[in-house]
Amino acid sequence: MDFHLTEDRRMLSDTLNRYLGDQYGLEHRNSVAYEAPYYDSVKWQELAELGVFAALATEKDGGFGGAGGDISVVFEALGKALVCEPVLPVLMASRLLSAAGKDQSGLLDGSIKYGFALSEPDAPYDISDITTSADAFHKVTGRKSAVYGAHLADRILVAARREGQINLYEVMKTDAEIISYGMIDGGGAGEVLLDKSSADLILQNAAAAVKDAMNAGVVALCSEAIGAMETAYEMTVDYLKQRKQFGRTIGSFQVLQHRAVDMLTEIEQARSITIKAAAELGGPDASRFAAMAKNMIGRAGRQIAEEAIQLHGGIAMTWEYGVSHYAKRIIMIDHQLGDTDYHLARIMSDLSASQVDKGSV
Amino acid sequence: MDLNFTSEEREFQNEVRSFLSGNLPEYIAAAVRANHGLTKDMMDKWHTILNKRGWLATVWPKEFGGPGWSPVQKYIFEEECCRAYAPRIVPFGTNMLGPVLQKFGSRAQRDEYLPRILSGEDWWCQGYSEPGAGSDLASLKTRAVLEGDEYVVNGQKTWTTLGQHANKIFCLVRTSTEGKPQEGISFLLVDLNTLGIEMRPIRLIEGGYEVNEVFFTNVRVPAKNLVGQENKGWTIAKYLLSHERTGIAGVGFSMQALEEVKAISAMIKRGAKRLIDDPLFAARLALIEIDLEAMKITNLRMLFRAQEQGAPGPETSILKIKGSVINQELKDLARRALGPLASPFPGHVNDGNLLFGPPDTAFNAACYFNNRKTSIFGGSNEIQRNILVKTILEL
Repeated sequence: MDFHLTEDRRMLSDTLNRYLGDQYGLEHRNSVAYEAPYYDSVKWQELAELGVFAALATEKDGGFGGAGGDISVVFEALGKALVCEPVLPVLMASRLLSAAGKDQSGLLDGSIKYGFALSEPDAPYDISDITTSADAFHKVTGRKSAVYGAHLADRILVAARREGQINLYEVMKTDAEIISYGMIDGGGAGEVLLDKSSADLILQNAAAAVKDAMNAGVVALCSEAIGAMETAYEMTVDYLKQRKQFGRTIGSFQVLQHRAVDMLTEIEQARSITIKAAAELGGPDASRFAAMAKNMIGRAGRQIAEEAIQLHGGIAMTWEYGVSHYAKRIIMIDHQLGDTDYHLARIMSDLSASQVDKGSV
Repeated sequence: MDLNFTSEEREFQNEVRSFLSGNLPEYIAAAVRANHGLTKDMMDKWHTILNKRGWLATVWPKEFGGPGWSPVQKYIFEEECCRAYAPRIVPFGTNMLGPVLQKFGSRAQRDEYLPRILSGEDWWCQGYSEPGAGSDLASLKTRAVLEGDEYVVNGQKTWTTLGQHANKIFCLVRTSTEGKPQEGISFLLVDLNTLGIEMRPIRLIEGGYEVNEVFFTNVRVPAKNLVGQENKGWTIAKYLLSHERTGIAGVGFSMQALEEVKAISAMIKRGAKRLIDDPLFAARLALIEIDLEAMKITNLRMLFRAQEQGAPGPETSILKIKGSVINQELKDLARRALGPLASPFPGHVNDGNLLFGPPDTAFNAACYFNNRKTSIFGGSNEIQRNILVKTILEL
């Protein structure tokens, strides 16, 4: 048992945090995050040069990481700085291209941007609900919803149904209709409309690969949430020490103290389950622990975001003050790759399956 | 980052497992499984078995007769004991007074008392709380006045757990009313057979007897029974409480409780459907399972930190808060799962079996009520929050 970061990961974490601390202030972030194209091409290239993308891929695929712990380190730092560039699709595309045995050098050096089109209006989280389909000539038809990074993507990886199974197709942006928009928590996405769109079939029977990419994505989102939650918590505790009302700092009121402590406790628990999910990634129980982590992150996230606002008071309701942007990101993470209830249902069905029917008492 | 036990630790785990399967008497495990109160004989028996193996005083360093385990080994031992339904070690001598004497006691006190803790000759109990000093422990009023080479003690202690079995009590007493309340407290060892001591049982919410009130009327205690210096008892008290908090997460107990709720809710039916397949119940249970899974890692992270820093930090308060609430939630589900079958008063039931319910569930409701204590004792969860506010948030 060892809870230290490995030397390599500590260096990656230090480098990335230092870069983001120096170069990625909240003011800059907000100037980029809410206006098309919802990202900064210079920062994107710098992230690639720092090795952030390569850290998400295994050596076999041309990277130098790709394990749960690497993903955690990167996304926690991104969450701390509220990075709005779409790094999540890089991670998920890397897992999928790897499973398909495709070259991903363009992905990892930042020159080719991918989107991963998974969700549909009636299939937000579960791949078994997917209705987008492909024909024998690899023409893909369907609507993909809230595809993160689709507004920038050169290529879209599409999970589509063909003869009852899920296959993975690669669609050039010119072969799809993409309706881009900015998101409420910053950054961009798009609706991807496919109407007998030309595609390359890159992986048949891709359910396991998609599940793995989703598990990795969940570890990433949970880690991002940890970074954002810790920052929101620290800002809250600082504010409790500064703000005076009734002639004293509001942090001297026990009712606020205890609520701040409860934030800390929830973040520690959320961090623990995220560590566990990261450790299990790629193993037989990856989906189960990813589900546990995403459920807890959803619950803790809502508490941290809402309490950060409430303990601050009116100031946190303003666009100007940073906590509001952290709160939005933390809350909206629950809308990506399965929400609190979706993942709870997975644990509930595990419960049911864990007990053989013993008849009546 | 590596969440797995080392091969040495796994080997140790196997050693503990095989010891437990070979040495834990089935009738004791059965009583634990049924949430039955244990008799003094059962507790003594288990104490003796552990001592014989050298695994009784797990928190003691080797030089005093402990096994010299790492925090991780202690964790493994506790978890395996829970899994096997071994009783919890009565902590007052081994886990509380032992470490105090090792750090603050005189040579003579160590030589006299430590061996007797191990042998079971002395059964210690705790004289901390008073009717007017619960969470505000420093306001305690039990007086000890030095007369010659004896202290004369007058006052009242309460919540003295298992005092009915004890022959000795360690007490916090007031030896000075000068200065801050914390500055006039001393740590005193008292023989319960001394004239002027009366122990009265307190009947608890579920009907059981596990705590007592202790009354002191002109009780004469040899001055040599003072531990450390006079008026410096508060430091000792805090040291003891920090030891009390390690292992306070009760992860092993909650893991066992979770398995029980799963098993019960697979047996209990609502119509044709198993309760475990009822979405409302399953959702509640799944939420706790997730919380507990996180708690396991939180516990290991803090053990790891304690191992690195040599002592548990204030973060252990997080374990107390979360651990107690998770345990209480599980006991709540175990009670609710039974529905009307939870109704009989266990005082009227002879063993753990209800007439119509699943095995070992007769005490589920009683256990729920009894476990409301876990968020109160050892420093209530609100006091734990105050500790975190001061030490980590620095508000």
